[in-house]
Amino acid sequence: MMTTQRKILAPVANVETQAYWDAADAGKLLVKKCQSCGEPHFYPRALCPFCFGETEWQETNGEGEIYSFSVMRRAETPYAIAFVKLDAGPTMMSNIVDCDFDGIAIGQRVRVVFQPSNGGHKVPMFTPV
Amino acid sequence: MSINRAACIAGIYEHPTRHAPDKSLAQLHAEVAKGALEDAGLSKNDIDGYFCAGDAPGMGPISMVDYLGLKPRHVDSTDVGGSSYLLHVSHAAQAIAAGKCDVALITLAGKPRSEGMATGTAPRVVAPSVPDAQFEQPYAPTIANMYAMVAMRHMHDWGTTSEQLAWIKVAASHHAQHNPHALLRNVVTVEDVVNSPMVASPLHRLDCCVITDGGGAIIVTRPEIAKNLKKPVVNILGAGESPKHTDGGRIDLSYTGIEAAGRRAWEESGVKPADMKYASFYDSFTITVLKQIEDLGFCEKGQGGRFVSDGNLISGVGKLPFNTDGGGLCSNHPANRGGLTKVLEAVRQLRGEAHPAVQVKNCDLAVASGTGGSLGTRHGAAVLVMERA
Ligand SMILES: [Zn+2]
Repeated sequence: MMTTQRKILAPVANVETQAYWDAADAGKLLVKKCQSCGEPHFYPRALCPFCFGETEWQETNGEGEIYSFSVMRRAETPYAIAFVKLDAGPTMMSNIVDCDFDGIAIGQRVRVVFQPSNGGHKVPMFTPV
Repeated sequence: MSINRAACIAGIYEHPTRHAPDKSLAQLHAEVAKGALEDAGLSKNDIDGYFCAGDAPGMGPISMVDYLGLKPRHVDSTDVGGSSYLLHVSHAAQAIAAGKCDVALITLAGKPRSEGMATGTAPRVVAPSVPDAQFEQPYAPTIANMYAMVAMRHMHDWGTTSEQLAWIKVAASHHAQHNPHALLRNVVTVEDVVNSPMVASPLHRLDCCVITDGGGAIIVTRPEIAKNLKKPVVNILGAGESPKHTDGGRIDLSYTGIEAAGRRAWEESGVKPADMKYASFYDSFTITVLKQIEDLGFCEKGQGGRFVSDGNLISGVGKLPFNTDGGGLCSNHPANRGGLTKVLEAVRQLRGEAHPAVQVKNCDLAVASGTGGSLGTRHGAAVLVMERA
């Protein structure tokens, strides 16, 4: 079964996160990295959640692997939700799209694709490599 | 300061309703409060501490103490989802031990069934100011698929099967058949569970709890007061709490907040999992139970599937009778928050007031535990160890 279009709720950016969504619109996936401890984190924050150090944006290669997933069958349009462990370090929530849901597996390599939301920024989702 | 034997549970009440379109939300809170006072043999004027969570209408505890006509000297409206009420018992014991109140009332009530709420399968509306909202809401997280991802990972890591998870529902249904108030009283089989429609893979419809109206209340008091009341005294031996979250993206579904909460509860109570005659585990989904069993140390990590199989959770059959009222999987899940009813059945067991068909013999030690929120992302967790005095 191929994915059909689900109406994607538009993310509401704020001053702390605007750069992330501007980058998504430009086809780039960013994470934040701490200038003190050097650790990347997700979701992005102004202060590091590990040490409260100042953070900076870092571009990722947009690739990772599926840590876990679930296919939501009880929905108007079924969809696959997942945690994707990025090569850049952190794990993020996302959807797995443009694939056969029955073929999704933990450990599968995926790469980012940007999908339009309902009247807002593009949203990073992932598809099997 | 420890709460070990510093406070007792003196009154409990579970509203018999599972569908209450004819009652207001505040009214349900009042009815369960009245019921718990009658159970304890106390009166309304004895209450000097009040505890409630996000299910209570209004501002924190303020609107409810107005509606109920209470004049407490201590209030606490900590909201950690369905685990709130387990944590409230612990906080009430702390307040009593510190001399801040003598008789604490905890209430819970809700009407998701009459409101037609798609509790587990519809994405919940989250305010944009909630920091995780913009990074999660576009992906349509629901209660069901967030718990499902925990189950999926457990199956991947440990070979756990849908059939093993199904045993948890089977055990709950065996208990629910004896509870006249249970929403679902029919006994189900492993096949019934795994053949029920898939909701969020790998969780089936019968892996999910019921949606009910109703509520419950608990009275916590000091031992000197409890010993002069009419019901058998249930001592609080120890408690633990621990929120768990996404840890800056270091997401690890191999454990829940119950792991740390349980460690603290066992330490304070001075007893161990093997001592427990009965256990109440919050059962929003079958996987929720399995994770608590492992995180509390009833079995080795990863062995939960094997542990729950073959009726091991059925009273009179297995080693660890659980949720002998039928739990959230079959009986009641008022306000979509299962922590309070977990305490109620543990107290019934310790008093010897459970249904004779499920009453555990010589039930002198019990544990109740629960998580609140989303097992896959962020949740509260609380564990309570109790004894028959
Ligand atoms: Zn840092």
